[in-house]
Order: sequence, then structure tokens, then C-alpha cells
Amino acid sequence: MTFHVSSSPHVRGVETTSRIMFDVVIALLPTTLWGIYWFGLNAFLVIVASVASAVLAEYLYEKLMKKKLTVRDGSAIVTGLLIGLNMPPEVPLWIPILGSFFAIIVVKQLYGGIGQNFMNPALAARCFLVISFAKYMTNFTVDAVSTATPLYVIKTGGEFDLLDMFIGRCGGTIGEVSALAILIGAAYLLVRRVISVRIPLSYILSFLVFELIFSGRGLDAEYYLAQIFGGGLMIGAWFMATDYVTSPITKVGQIVYGIIIGVLTGIFRIYGNSAEGVSFAIIITNLLVPFIEKFTQPVPFGMGRKQFSFEKKGGKA
Amino acid sequence: MNKYTERIYNGVVKENPTFVMMLGMCPTLAVTSSAFNGFGMGMTTMVVLVMSNLVISLLRNVIPDRVRIPAYIVVVATLVTIVQLLLQAYIPVLNELLGIYIPLIVVNCIILGRAEAYAGKHSPVLSVMDGIGMGLGFTIGLTAIGVFREILGSGSVLGYQIIPEDYHISIFVMAPGAFFVLAMLTALQNKLKAPSATNTEEKKDCADCSACALSGNCTRMNSGKGGDE
Repeated sequence: MTFHVSSSPHVRGVETTSRIMFDVVIALLPTTLWGIYWFGLNAFLVIVASVASAVLAEYLYEKLMKKKLTVRDGSAIVTGLLIGLNMPPEVPLWIPILGSFFAIIVVKQLYGGIGQNFMNPALAARCFLVISFAKYMTNFTVDAVSTATPLYVIKTGGEFDLLDMFIGRCGGTIGEVSALAILIGAAYLLVRRVISVRIPLSYILSFLVFELIFSGRGLDAEYYLAQIFGGGLMIGAWFMATDYVTSPITKVGQIVYGIIIGVLTGIFRIYGNSAEGVSFAIIITNLLVPFIEKFTQPVPFGMGRKQFSFEKKGGKA
Repeated sequence: MNKYTERIYNGVVKENPTFVMMLGMCPTLAVTSSAFNGFGMGMTTMVVLVMSNLVISLLRNVIPDRVRIPAYIVVVATLVTIVQLLLQAYIPVLNELLGIYIPLIVVNCIILGRAEAYAGKHSPVLSVMDGIGMGLGFTIGLTAIGVFREILGSGSVLGYQIIPEDYHISIFVMAPGAFFVLAMLTALQNKLKAPSATNTEEKKDCADCSACALSGNCTRMNSGKGGDE
């Protein structure tokens, strides 16, 4: 009989980073395929370019900096895929490539690589590109005809077809148009327990409540459904806000985090210049995550009342 | 290097206000959207800095210690007003480009910092040299940031367009771009191990020279004792 002596943890889960990332890629497939089917060849090229350049950026940076190669864990693939899905279909290919390099090198690697970035790399890259190349990033076309996104149509008081928006027969970025495909992917992630409903649900509900109070549309159900299914809210709520690295780990914290994103999205959509506000709402809330975690730290049983302070209590706070 | 040129070396390299001391961040981030703006701001600050160092150094035995900060501010504010009026009269273009940031030189921490740390304790000539060094360092820092932001953000070098409009990364002429460029240049300065006040060489106990990153360049290698100081 042999005795093994080792320090904890003694029981390990089967989830590894690469398995989780693989699950996310599978969950993103429906919306990716719909985007390629609906927008055509250039959408496919954009996605290939962004994924390939994200992986290349990670490889080159880690090689040049003589760091451990983390290309195999698949996180760069997910980042690249999300960047591709956030691009308008007719964007020139160098834009997603620039975005991938920015996401991987500036947002992720400069802060220490996987697990260390304080902001969702894909969304930070999207915001970087939207600010820098507004002309390309807001040019939405369907079948080579420039179209307005449903959200823009709603904002300017036009007519919209709710069923088309739900299925994805409308203008927008490659991955955000089909709420149906995103929900299929989200269901897969929920079944696989990769994500929980806390963040997406609190996000969507708080957004809905905010819209109910401040949009001034009364009880126009069609308008609210269009706000939820239109634009980046669905892909943002299920795939971007739930990023492990940039969302809180405490259960209460996740709900608080979802609510803050919901309120910010509402503010940006109702009062902002642009019809969209999901990406900025999420990356701003990403910055608040350390504080949310600090405020919602659970108290171990029997340790008495929670005492909050910003002071470091010995060691690493 | 005598003590006068040492002040200049100190201001430009060793204690560069922008990349080493991280002083005067407000103008550094706000007005460096082009190389000319950065240069103009740097030179304006340098003029004020040299004069304020001179005046404060001359007055250092007159100003009572307890009210020195208000006294310094009065001196600096007077000088800034003079410089602004001069700019309005002779270089109105620069005056319009820098706008509110000229009056804000009054509260620039480089100027108060040098008054407090140097000019208030040293002779007028040395203080003037210190002002020139710090001012040059600040000008170089701002111009360098401005050059990169101008190339990336508006695709031009000193106003001459070299990159077509479509490829301008316009975030670089906005506030975030200033942070990116400042951080990158500071990182580069650290990476190249430029001699600076914050970049002092670490003293390690190196038993084995072959495993050391410095191998070949280490000053202690030839002593044969492997760093037993």
C-alpha cells in the first residue's frame, strides 16, 4: 500500500481552459454559420482573418517575449471569433486583423496574458475600431445594399419586422443579427454549465426595466422585444458579459454586474448619439468588477458580520 | 561632465519629466495630438520654467519658508501671464492651438516641483541650467509623443500627409491614444534600460555567471569572485 502526500486541492474537475473554450466555439457556431449564410463570402473571410490573426498575434508575442505558449488553450480563437462576429459584413479585411492584434497584444498580453486582462479583449478591440474607423465600422450592408440596423430604424421612428429581427434577416454585424442562433448557442453553454443564467438574465431584465421606465414607449411590447433582440444585446449578454476573466466570481456580484451593464446599455441606447451601446456598457462595467467582487465577498460561516474595507489585511487582499 | 552640464543630462535623460518622473501629465496627454503642438507646449513650459527657476532661486533667501508655496505660485503665475501675452502678440497660432493649457502651466507640477526641489535651494546659474535641462526633457517627451500620435492618428509628419485618409487610426488623436503612446514610449525607455532615476541596476548575488541574463556584460565577471561585494 502506498500513501501519496500532496497539498490540496485533492479533487480536480475535468474542466480545462481548452475544453471551455472549445465549448464556447461550438456555441458560437450557429450564429457564425447564420452570419456567413446571410451575408456571404466576405463575412466568412472576415471571420477567418480575425481568428487567424488573433492566434498569430498570440503566438508571435509569446514567442518574441519568450513566454510560455498558450495558443493551444483556444482562448485566442474565441477572442478572434468574437472580433469577427462583431464586424460589419463588408469591412475591409485589414480592420479585423488590426483589431485582433490590438485585442491580443495590447488588451490581453500586455497585462499578463490569459486570466490577467481587466477588459474583454474582443470588445475593447471593437470599441477601438469603432472610434478609429467609424466610416467602415458603421457601414452595414445586406446583399451589397447599405441598410440601417433595426436599432437605428427604431431610434429614428421607422417600421421594423420583429420576426425578421429574431431570425436574423436584417442588417448588423456578422454575429449579432440572429437572436435565434445566439439563443441556441447559449442554451448549449447553459446545458454544459459553462455559463450560468445569472449575468445574462440580470442584464436583460435590468435593461428591460430601465427601458420601461425611461424610454417613454408605454407598454409597447414590440418595441421592447425589438430592443432586446436587436443589435448586440443578445450576443453581448450571453457571450461577452459572461467572459470568465472579466466578470465577477461571486454569485451576488454577478447579478450586480449584470444590472450595471443593463442600466448602462439603457442609458447609451436611449440618451446616446448612437443606437447601440452594448460594447461600451460591458467594457465600462468590466472595470468595476474588482470593486463589485470586493463588496460582495461572501463571509465564511461563523465569522460574524461582514466588514468591508479597502485596507489590505495582511498578504494579498 | 561638470555640474552645469550635469543638470542638463539629468533633466533630459536621468530624470526626464515625462518618461521617468511622470510629471505634468495634463499637458502631456492633452496637447500632444501633433508634433508641432507637443513642441510648442514643451518650449512654452521651458521658457516659464527657466525664468521661474531663476526668479525663485534669486528670491530663495527672501521668501519665508512657511509661505513659500503661495510665493512660488505668484511668481509662476506672473511669468505665465507674461508668456501668454507674448504668445498672443507674436505667435497667435500657437496661442490658439494650446488654448487653456497655457494658463494651466501655472499649476504644472514640473514647475512647482523644480522650484520646491531645486531652485529654492541652489544658486541662480545652476537653477537656470536645471530649468533648461528639465524643459528640454519635457519638450523632447512631448514632441516624441506628438510625432507618434500624428503619424498614427492623422497620417502626417509635421503637417505633411503621408498616409491616406482611410487608414488613419483616429483614436490616436483622441485621449486614449495619448495614453497608449505614453505607455509604449515609457515601456520602451524601461526596456532599453536608458539610465534613469527609476532604472537603477539591481545588485544580485550571482553565484553562477552562465545562468545570468547579464552574462558577458557584467562588470563583476572579471573579478573572478562572482559578485561577492
